[in-house]
Amino acid sequence: MATIPAEIDNTFENPRQRAPLVVGGHDYRSLTEQVSYVSEARRAPTSWYVLFAISVGILGAFGAMIGYLVLTGVGVWGVNTPVAWGFAIINFVFWVGIGHAGTLISAILFLFRQNWRTAINRFAEAMTIFAVICAGTFPGIHVGRAWLAYWLFPIPNQMAMWPQFRSPLLWDVFAVGTYFTVSLLFWYVGLIPDLATFRDRATGKIKRFAYGLFSLGWNGSTRHWHRYERAYLILAALATPLVLSVHSVVSFDFAVSQLPGWHTTILPPYFVAGAIFSGFGMVVTLAVPARELFGLKDIITMRHLENMNKIILATGTIVGYAYSMEFFIAWYSGVEFEKFAFVSRALGPYAAAYWTMFICNAFIPQIFWFKWARTNIWLMFIVSIFVNIGMWFERYVIVVTSLSTDFLPSSWHPYVPTWVDIGMLVGSFGLFFTFFLLFCRYLPIVALAEVKAVMPKKEEQAAGGHA
Amino acid sequence: MSTISAPHTHETTTTTKSHDCAAELAGYLVEFDAVDPLFDAAEQMRESGFTRWDIHTPFPVHGLDKVMGVKPTILPKMVFLGGLTGCLLGLFLTNYTNGVELLGENALPLPFAQFSGYQFQISGKPYFSLPAFIPVIFELTILFSALTAVFGMLALNNLPFFTKPMLANERFRQVTNDKFFVYVDASDPRFHATQTVETLRGIGGSEPIRVNARTGSIAPPKWMLAAGVIGACFALIPLVVIVKARNSKSREPRIHIIQDMDNQERYKGQMSNDIFRDGRAMRPEVAATVARGDIRAISGDVHYSEGLENGAWATTFPTRIEINADLLDRGEERFGVYCAPCHGLDGYGNGAVAARYMEGREGWANWVTPTSLHDQTVRDRAHGHLFNTISNGIRSMPPYSASIPIEDRWAIVSYVRALQKSSNATLSDVPADVRAELEARE
Repeated sequence: MATIPAEIDNTFENPRQRAPLVVGGHDYRSLTEQVSYVSEARRAPTSWYVLFAISVGILGAFGAMIGYLVLTGVGVWGVNTPVAWGFAIINFVFWVGIGHAGTLISAILFLFRQNWRTAINRFAEAMTIFAVICAGTFPGIHVGRAWLAYWLFPIPNQMAMWPQFRSPLLWDVFAVGTYFTVSLLFWYVGLIPDLATFRDRATGKIKRFAYGLFSLGWNGSTRHWHRYERAYLILAALATPLVLSVHSVVSFDFAVSQLPGWHTTILPPYFVAGAIFSGFGMVVTLAVPARELFGLKDIITMRHLENMNKIILATGTIVGYAYSMEFFIAWYSGVEFEKFAFVSRALGPYAAAYWTMFICNAFIPQIFWFKWARTNIWLMFIVSIFVNIGMWFERYVIVVTSLSTDFLPSSWHPYVPTWVDIGMLVGSFGLFFTFFLLFCRYLPIVALAEVKAVMPKKEEQAAGGHA
Repeated sequence: MSTISAPHTHETTTTTKSHDCAAELAGYLVEFDAVDPLFDAAEQMRESGFTRWDIHTPFPVHGLDKVMGVKPTILPKMVFLGGLTGCLLGLFLTNYTNGVELLGENALPLPFAQFSGYQFQISGKPYFSLPAFIPVIFELTILFSALTAVFGMLALNNLPFFTKPMLANERFRQVTNDKFFVYVDASDPRFHATQTVETLRGIGGSEPIRVNARTGSIAPPKWMLAAGVIGACFALIPLVVIVKARNSKSREPRIHIIQDMDNQERYKGQMSNDIFRDGRAMRPEVAATVARGDIRAISGDVHYSEGLENGAWATTFPTRIEINADLLDRGEERFGVYCAPCHGLDGYGNGAVAARYMEGREGWANWVTPTSLHDQTVRDRAHGHLFNTISNGIRSMPPYSASIPIEDRWAIVSYVRALQKSSNATLSDVPADVRAELEARE
């Protein structure tokens, strides 16, 4: 570890020279060792144990709260008529959105041949899977009688009843289900060669068996690589329309209804952009400490972080545009209810949430127009936290403001979350970080085979050049 | 690092047939340090006519497959077929389950009745509403394509395959790190124990490394098998219990895991309750009180309360009831509330409820058409008999004594009488003073 030279600046833009994607004078072997070190070290960094203990504690509390909810009923939440979709749906949309960055990095950037994705795609994909698990938890418990959640699926039953396929809520089941399955497959396919690396380096019997089992006997055959790469390309091509469809379908939950503030055609693209925005926010939030903690600064370089900050800037601007366009269309439509819905968002009882959303998402990321901001570790970490907060509040504003002032003014009612609502939001982070920390400790956190493929060839490594 | 300096005694070649060695020969590996020499080696190997050979690399080396003569994979075609399957399945699933209902003559035989679709009528949309089905069809297309891509790739690559001989070779472990290997299998038709080694020496790279065939059992340890079998048996228990429960009869109440308020803890008739001294859950009447329905005992006027006169149905109205226009109006109003829904406003038995059932709903075996009040039998009934019918019900008509007070029931009787008369009246029934008015109208 100590032999790795200090970080060099690879954020330059020189059209005559390709910026190196891996710094620190690595060759294939040192790269393998650098990445395997995380899982091979006898002891993880102390901070890992601390974080893991906290996460598992929160996860335990989350489980207890779910038990309390199932045994008691959804009355333990603050949901009631007219706001029947509270934190559960907000958290669902929030977590699904987080997941989208992983698929964007692994699929869309792959199709666009953005080689810098290789350093971050593995853990962004892992983030996707864990985020979708968190997301899937909430509708599952939101149905009230959680033991009947299997009614969501088309299973023949003695009632001769089937799901209602015209409902956006059912589209969600298929979209999120497919999304989870395809993300998992994508992640696993990418993992196979790297699991083989761990298998071949494993010293303990259990590790050797476990990594051996999941690497399926991978041996790096060129004939295998040929089909593997084809499969990977096809998966990327499939995941690209999929990821766009998933958050569009999530937005249909709102857009297909006729509530002022929800019934707008801008929702699908606005949701997709917001999802990518929030996902990249989360990737930066995770990448900054992870590269510090596990010594991956040579692989997840400043250039990678800067690129992600550029995407945050771009998508944040799109989101800001969408916020403004919603207002314009509400005015331009001439529908007084639509106008009221938006004016009351900005100036009504939920104005604090609205402006938190607006400032965090549309204004704060604008600082990334400056290169010094894009390349400042602390600043980007803070901005990414603001993005996470802002995007959670975006879903809060959408769900709560429109519902609490429904068609009948006599039934308007403010939404107040209970401690269980807030506890479950926190608890879902426990679930997420427990998975994520286990992943960091025991699985290849960087896609070794992919990074090696974009590194300078061995002959050039020897020459010390990054041509 | 020099690749040939490592003193691997077993792996250095002996240039003799395999039976001289302890283990059978599986093939030879040649180790390379870098990517570029692989292309030359691949070309030479291909020219030598080998077919069962391969190059193993830590990462995909683009272009190497072409030099090796690897044919383009059929995977994309498989994925297309998988996607097509998903698309058609989605089309079928959505349209069948939401658009087709197999009932009546078309019903599926009993064990399969649950596979009938169910026609959801949602906001007047057509049963086959393709635009609303597109998301599900799209997702299933993607899902099936992706599953085909992954499992097709694994199947074509013959994975999982844990017992490849080379995987046991110590040096081959570097193939997932930074070394590259050319491998020739001993089963290749062009393979020759001595000549092949010479050929391999000529392609660059390390001294050929002998790979022994796997010897001994490669099966997992016995305890693991035993644990697996026992685990599988235990996993089957819930399934077996469910199958048995669905196919057998029992005198015990069924197992009811999720209660859903189906069985509530409360006292019913004939149950005992220790709270009370007599141990009865249902309480007897409290002394000096009168229960509903026992009112007759107080009034004593059975003509008024039951429509009976000397043990027969009364043919007159009770003395307490004064027949006048107010009573008839009251009767008309009450008739409209309680009787007209079934019997109809005109009393012909064509009320809204009856009309709804007449609307072609077949198979309502228990449905009894409401009686027309203008039937001769009804017209011939005594006043007391009509009163009794209202009070106690008849056939599927429920009793109304609890909902209509006695005075109102008599009022309804009086109105029914007027209704019957009006439907069967002649000019001679009309009082003389208004008859002229009627005649004038004609």
